[in-house]
Amino acid sequence: MSNKSLLIAALSAVLLSGCAALDSGPKSAAAVRINEDPFPSTYARYPGVLTVIRHATVFTGEGQQINDGTVVFADGVIKAVGGPELASPAGALEIDGTGKFVTPGIIDIHSHLGDYPSPGVTANSDGNEATDPVRPEVWAEHSVWPQDPGFSRALVNGGVTTLQILPGSANLFGGRSVVLKNVPGRTVQEMKFPGAPYGLKMACGENPKRVYGSHDKMPQTRMGNIALARQTWAKAQEYKRKWDEYYAKGGDMPERDLAMDTLKGVLEGKILVQNHCYRADEMANMIDMAKEFGYHITAFHHAVEAYKIADLLRDNDICAVMWADWYGFKMEAYDAIKENIPLVHNAGACAIVHSDDPNYIQRLNQEAAKALGDGIRAGIPNLSEAVAWEWLSRNPAKALGILDKTGTLTPGKGADVVLWNGDPFSDYSRPERVWIDGTEMYDANNPKKRPVSDFELGQPGEGDVK
Amino acid sequence: MIRFVLAMLLVAAAAPVAAETIAITGGTVAMGDGSEPIPNGMVVIRDGRVVAAGDIRMKLPEGTQVIDATGKWVTPGIVAGFSRLGLADVDLSAEGADDTTADGPFNAAIDVVPAINPRDTPIAVNRADGVTRALVAPSVGKNIFAGQGAVIDTGADMDPITAPRKFQFVELGERGADKAGGSRTSAHVLFRNALREASELRRYAPPIEAARTGTPDARERPVVRNPNESRVYGPEARRSEDVLLTRFDAAALVPVLQGRQYLLVHVERASDILQVLDLKREFPSLKIVLVGASEGWLVADKIAQSGIPVIASAVNDLPATFEQLAATQSNVGRMRAAGVKVSIGMIDDNETRNLFMERQYAGNLVGLQKIPGATGVSWGEALAMITSRPAEAIGMGGELGSLAPGRRADLVIWSGDPLEGSSAAEQVFIDGVRQPLETHQTRLLDRYRDLRRSTLPPAYRH
Repeated sequence: MSNKSLLIAALSAVLLSGCAALDSGPKSAAAVRINEDPFPSTYARYPGVLTVIRHATVFTGEGQQINDGTVVFADGVIKAVGGPELASPAGALEIDGTGKFVTPGIIDIHSHLGDYPSPGVTANSDGNEATDPVRPEVWAEHSVWPQDPGFSRALVNGGVTTLQILPGSANLFGGRSVVLKNVPGRTVQEMKFPGAPYGLKMACGENPKRVYGSHDKMPQTRMGNIALARQTWAKAQEYKRKWDEYYAKGGDMPERDLAMDTLKGVLEGKILVQNHCYRADEMANMIDMAKEFGYHITAFHHAVEAYKIADLLRDNDICAVMWADWYGFKMEAYDAIKENIPLVHNAGACAIVHSDDPNYIQRLNQEAAKALGDGIRAGIPNLSEAVAWEWLSRNPAKALGILDKTGTLTPGKGADVVLWNGDPFSDYSRPERVWIDGTEMYDANNPKKRPVSDFELGQPGEGDVK
Repeated sequence: MIRFVLAMLLVAAAAPVAAETIAITGGTVAMGDGSEPIPNGMVVIRDGRVVAAGDIRMKLPEGTQVIDATGKWVTPGIVAGFSRLGLADVDLSAEGADDTTADGPFNAAIDVVPAINPRDTPIAVNRADGVTRALVAPSVGKNIFAGQGAVIDTGADMDPITAPRKFQFVELGERGADKAGGSRTSAHVLFRNALREASELRRYAPPIEAARTGTPDARERPVVRNPNESRVYGPEARRSEDVLLTRFDAAALVPVLQGRQYLLVHVERASDILQVLDLKREFPSLKIVLVGASEGWLVADKIAQSGIPVIASAVNDLPATFEQLAATQSNVGRMRAAGVKVSIGMIDDNETRNLFMERQYAGNLVGLQKIPGATGVSWGEALAMITSRPAEAIGMGGELGSLAPGRRADLVIWSGDPLEGSSAAEQVFIDGVRQPLETHQTRLLDRYRDLRRSTLPPAYRH
């Protein structure tokens, strides 16, 4: 629908409500409400079977390790988690997990699969709408190519069951993110995680100022970054005020602005801020800006200097999304240290391991293993594999607003489960079977249980073990 | 073996210089030659070289420094098979910190040696994680030829070059096509023309024998002398009029043509690999090493027949480009199973800085053995692929990458199995010299591990 026809539709709605007002006397409340979910999820889980895994080492995702553990799931949800005493329900498919490990599916909170897919050719490059530093109107889901072969690698090699696809970081306001189930779909709607809130990708630091500074356009500096962001938030507040007034009192419908719709969603707490920000000082600036305009930052992504302000992050209830050991590839990553993740965790803040990469997403468990090892060697107390699994599923679920639905092996939650062929904190281990909402999406022993993207059909290596 | 070792030690002990012998005992020793690890092994080094290692027991000379490695693992230092280590402290938007790519008038003549900064942070970070040597290649600028790469060590000193001008690096796949004007056809014509121009100058070059005599700097054995000394640059070395390359660039390819300098060729696609194998038939003197070869498994038999070694990406499994459609993590294992000499490098993969990831990747290749339908490699072979195999690919296996007697004493004592990312390097020796493991990162950890407000700001904690 073009802007013009949108406007006509809006005007006629106003006219209609105006007619109605003649009958009912006093001015009515607004007749047009913005549809906040115009691209609704059509995801539906595939059939699963009543399954029980026995004798496995279980990491619940909430810090517990159960040796000789039992996990039962059916009808898409976790039914029970316990030790060997837990009885198998009648008719259950029983899987012997001896020597194996069971965990919640990994959640990658920072991925560009689908919007920067493989092959990474110009025709497929859909991650950055780098035409203006303020582009909150774009939605990552409209760039996601469901046939990106990377989704299948993340599933079968990485045990990734849920992922957030973000726009890139060229812009201060990069657009909306989308949370996906890692279930192959013909359309992105078939992959959308039902009920997951939207995120807003924001960025501070080098990228926006580099992209636009090189075009002699604001922002050219970090102060330009903040000034333009504040100006935009001030506009958003005004936009929200108009709509609030319209919803409360009716009258002329305010002019619709898709960019401002997104920011209004943030100010209302419906859209979560996922803020790309490396340096400690810049994170502090972003926190103050959020307080000034009355929104909350859910997570700082690529927070390589989070360890310098872990207390500040804890006190402001902000998650830090981090790599284990990437460093130095640009100036704002110069002070990366290998103990970042465990130090943030130790400070009582929410630590998350992320990939931002179609290869790293296949090995997030190993990234956590490195961070865990570094943390233990640094003498950080109370670390264990069971605790470190929180960085891979529970904490990202929290930062995506879906912790009530997934992220831990808790009865009633979706059965997003990985059976690993060994300790997942080892470089030698890989997923053996992966379930999403109780449906087996991967079985290493069954080539039919391995997704192949449309793109790869008929290509060399189709259906190969990747 | 033991008798031989004792004799060596006795001879050494008779020497007047009080050279230190170091013995590392009680650890699990992995030789780096493809063999499996040896529990409770021993490593003896002296004068910067390995005396003996493995399942050995020997009487140690008086004054031997004994390091107890019980519960630890001991291996050769990691040799990064393909890297840009030492060329960039920071990769993006940091003027003066990145020397990976030269866009100036020269290409094949470029020599990475003057750019290597032994004090840059990535060298220290990788040293602290057990990477002791690296093959360092320049990136292509405007031409398919990137220039001459070196072998470096990561020691904390100002003498990083192990072997200068050890190889020439050329792009003949997608990137080569781009540099040549947009097509592989053009890249191959450029390549052949470059060799033609080099062959014109070859007759002015000193005979190969001459280059091998004399007493060149020991580090330069056995290849290319400083090209600026070469007589092929002189005015008497005449060239045709229709030349594309500068004299320096053409002259730099003379040792490649003579087979005195390795030629590392980056290609990924199966058909591109076959084209390179054809080049070897066309120019038999070339000492080619394939770099990348993501689709190598499709033509593994042919690579094996050619005898050309491959420095491959370990775990590339995405059709990231149209030349990598068949990428799979089994590529390395399948090539190896077909008889290809495979080692691991970091190709377009954080190659200025994340060389420490090679041991994680090697561990992943071991893990593949458990995956139905996949082809992995044994633990011993996986370690060899990040130690001795890359050294062997460029003819330096006698010097580097294993704990065989006489090899340079580059070794690492690890907290545990080195192919587990959760293990760490606890002691690192390069040429027998124990290395500091402190880095910019460890200093930051010390400064910020306790965030409680103190009497002065964190800037005073140092």
